[in-house]
Amino acid sequence: MTEKTITIKVKRQDKPKSPSYWQTFEVPDKPFANVISCLMEVQKTPTTRDGKTVSPVTWDCNCLEEVCGSCTMLINGRVQQACTALVDNLEKPIVLEPMSKFPVIRDLQVDRERMFDNLKKVKAWIEIDGSHDIGEGPIMPDQDRAKRYVMSECMTCGCCLEACPQFTLDNSFLGASTFNQVRLFNLHPSGEMGKEDRLNAIMGEGGITDCGNAQVCVEVCPKNIPLTESIADISRQTTWQMIKNLLTK
Amino acid sequence: MINRKKKIVIVGGGLAGLALAMKFCERNGEATVVSYQSLKRSHSVCAQGGINAAIDAKNEGDTPEKHFYDTIKGGDFLAHQPLVRDMCYQGPTIIHLMDRMGVAFNRTGEGHLDFRRFGGTLYNRTAFAGATTGQQLVYALDEQVRRHVHDGSAKTLEWHEYLGAVLDSEGICRGAVIHDLRTDEIYTLQADAVVLATGGPGQVYARSTNSVVNTGAAATTAYMQGAKFANGEFIQIHPTAIPGQDKLRLMSESARGEGGRIWVPRDANDNRNPREIPENERYYFLEEKYPLFKNLVPRDVASREIYDIVYNQNLGISGDPMVYLDLTHKSKEFLDNRLGGILDIYTKFTGVDPRVTPMKIFPAVHYSMGGLWTDYGPDSHGLIDHGSPKNQMTSIQGLYAAGEVDYQYHGANRLGANSLLSCIYTGLMMARGVMNYVDSLEKSVDDIPSTIFDDARSHWESRFNDIKNMNGSENPHKLHHELGDIMLANVLIVRDNKSLEKTLHAIDDIETRFKDVKCLDTADWANPSPSFINQLYCMIHLSKIIAKGALMRDEFRGSHYKPDFDLHQPKDFDPHEYIDYLEQKQYGEVTEEKFPSGHLDYMKRFQENNEKWLKTTVAQYKNNQPEITYEEVNTSLVTPRPRKYD
Repeated sequence: MTEKTITIKVKRQDKPKSPSYWQTFEVPDKPFANVISCLMEVQKTPTTRDGKTVSPVTWDCNCLEEVCGSCTMLINGRVQQACTALVDNLEKPIVLEPMSKFPVIRDLQVDRERMFDNLKKVKAWIEIDGSHDIGEGPIMPDQDRAKRYVMSECMTCGCCLEACPQFTLDNSFLGASTFNQVRLFNLHPSGEMGKEDRLNAIMGEGGITDCGNAQVCVEVCPKNIPLTESIADISRQTTWQMIKNLLTK
Repeated sequence: MINRKKKIVIVGGGLAGLALAMKFCERNGEATVVSYQSLKRSHSVCAQGGINAAIDAKNEGDTPEKHFYDTIKGGDFLAHQPLVRDMCYQGPTIIHLMDRMGVAFNRTGEGHLDFRRFGGTLYNRTAFAGATTGQQLVYALDEQVRRHVHDGSAKTLEWHEYLGAVLDSEGICRGAVIHDLRTDEIYTLQADAVVLATGGPGQVYARSTNSVVNTGAAATTAYMQGAKFANGEFIQIHPTAIPGQDKLRLMSESARGEGGRIWVPRDANDNRNPREIPENERYYFLEEKYPLFKNLVPRDVASREIYDIVYNQNLGISGDPMVYLDLTHKSKEFLDNRLGGILDIYTKFTGVDPRVTPMKIFPAVHYSMGGLWTDYGPDSHGLIDHGSPKNQMTSIQGLYAAGEVDYQYHGANRLGANSLLSCIYTGLMMARGVMNYVDSLEKSVDDIPSTIFDDARSHWESRFNDIKNMNGSENPHKLHHELGDIMLANVLIVRDNKSLEKTLHAIDDIETRFKDVKCLDTADWANPSPSFINQLYCMIHLSKIIAKGALMRDEFRGSHYKPDFDLHQPKDFDPHEYIDYLEQKQYGEVTEEKFPSGHLDYMKRFQENNEKWLKTTVAQYKNNQPEITYEEVNTSLVTPRPRKYD
């Protein structure tokens, strides 16, 4: 066989508390291949390079076009979506690891529930009166809409948190994605009515003041969301809210 | 009457499921949303271009009635008309609701909602949030459902899989069997009603624009439990997708709605860089053939034309099955503002920037117009009674279906930007009927003996045990791809009976080989292998529904194109002639010389064909095979007539 192959090294783990171990696979090199299509090849031939038949690697994915946020992992040490990680652009062998800032479920799958819980903490929604017909939404300049749109593309993928030195497995730091959501909803004419609640929720431990300003979040965001801008803006909003809280106490 | 909150189980966290969960909780019910994964990741996020509503923001004279007509005509008259009409009339309300929830819809200079054009209509009717409209709509509904979770009225069971309905001794659905995808535990949920909002079946073709979860397994299980499956053979092939190994990624119709042009070099051997090919050496085949709708003909028409260019006229780019989709005449600023998301995706996957170089695209499996048969309740005027318990109910009492998994809204071909509308519409519209259904029950789920639930659970436990013990020689993923290849080769844009017959035999072979599958992983924690094998089994049966429906339907309608049964509409035919013809026929005075030569003959054949085939295909599971019958379509509002787009 002279077929060209790609070597991928995968950090595996059977259960949340069990030790991790490495396995290496050779998969056929096909045009337009990405990390997901390589993992799919492993499913079709779950044999390691040394000829051992193993259970296929498990990972999370869904849309395969970088809008669902599922397939985040460490690829050659860099956090990113596996679907847009094209094999041609990667150094070989390709090394795959699960994200390190979230508890591992199995192999490349991690539990990102914390991110969704944080959305509840900051009430990342608009308090509509109901879903019945009560007319049009608020009029809004398109430039404000455009600002919000960029922020609302956040897929809750976790890249920004994985890269953040402040965010760890066992602290309570909310992180860039959550702060960005606070800004997103505070910027909406109806969402603004819940602004105080949201700002109060990000004061104190794990809140906005814990941000160490490392600015790596914005570098790894696959959707180019201006996260540092959001953090700066929310910092300012929170400071004003603190002063307001003091004066109205 | 029960003395507690009404409780339903909703399977699927896409637009339909979330819309229903929100509405049901608002009405003081309790909804549990079951999902394979975190709710924000459902396939609805993949919808790009927009959502239709006839708000007439551009003062073009658009109305919901015109939206209704375009949708019915786009679907080649196979959809039940009162329902589609109701959906189109609800469109504006739905857009305003989503806007109030904070969806970042693009806006006009005055700050109102902006609209763009889409296929199958001449009006600017499509509201959009950049080019990730589906994602933005899902997020807005997800946020509202999260709010209800926060308040305690909604529950979510993420990382759980629906295995089947719990049916009582009378065949009424009383709950669902659920599989925890992490702990591997199988258990039942009691419910007053169960709603499947599980999306489409693209994975039957292995490579499509669909997400990994779109196996159609839940719908197929319902079919195997006795639910009727309708119009399975109507699979939409989207004209523009990006070729790929693992997936054929969608390139939104909005690219053409914003001015994108489809072309190939006139000379098949012209291998120049596309930008160096002068205008007069480019063949804009859709614009030439359809001067009225141009690049925005409906999807079935566009896909057939691209197929014809590539395979019959051998004009694919450099001999490959691809054509150009060109946006390079538009400014970068305009493109970034209105299409940024999808153009970035194209760049990321191909390394080529579509703002500078025309994209290379080809059609791909995209959407299923067919799905679980569902009912609706007409009111005394023949319109829709929103309180009817029948709305969206499958043929199994107490089991509902909403969104792409149902079959009622798109006929034989769906218009672009109508899917998001139909998903949200069904979810919202059915809530009241489900509430009324629960009130109408003589016996509540609380009075159903627990043995019914125990039996359902142990049935699935032993099924999964058997799967884990499968130790043959077939790899399930390879078998899945073989099934997909068979379907892609034979049940796609152009269909013929010989290949379809062969396909059914090939599927039978795959079914036989399925018995020799090996379960690759027997771990009892976060193990996707047994679930996938069960899904593969479902996909085999679903492919039979699609292929057999296609074999039996000897006509050309919408996405179902059989050249052998093409009625060959005369080039100069005007659909109004047909209306005149029907009127004259009714009064017994058809004046033959009034119609151009060949037209009368065509119209006679058209009418005969409709009498035979303007019917809903219904598949029912009998002796391991789909048994096909046909049902009348409600065409009470608009007379079916020949479609024409040039």
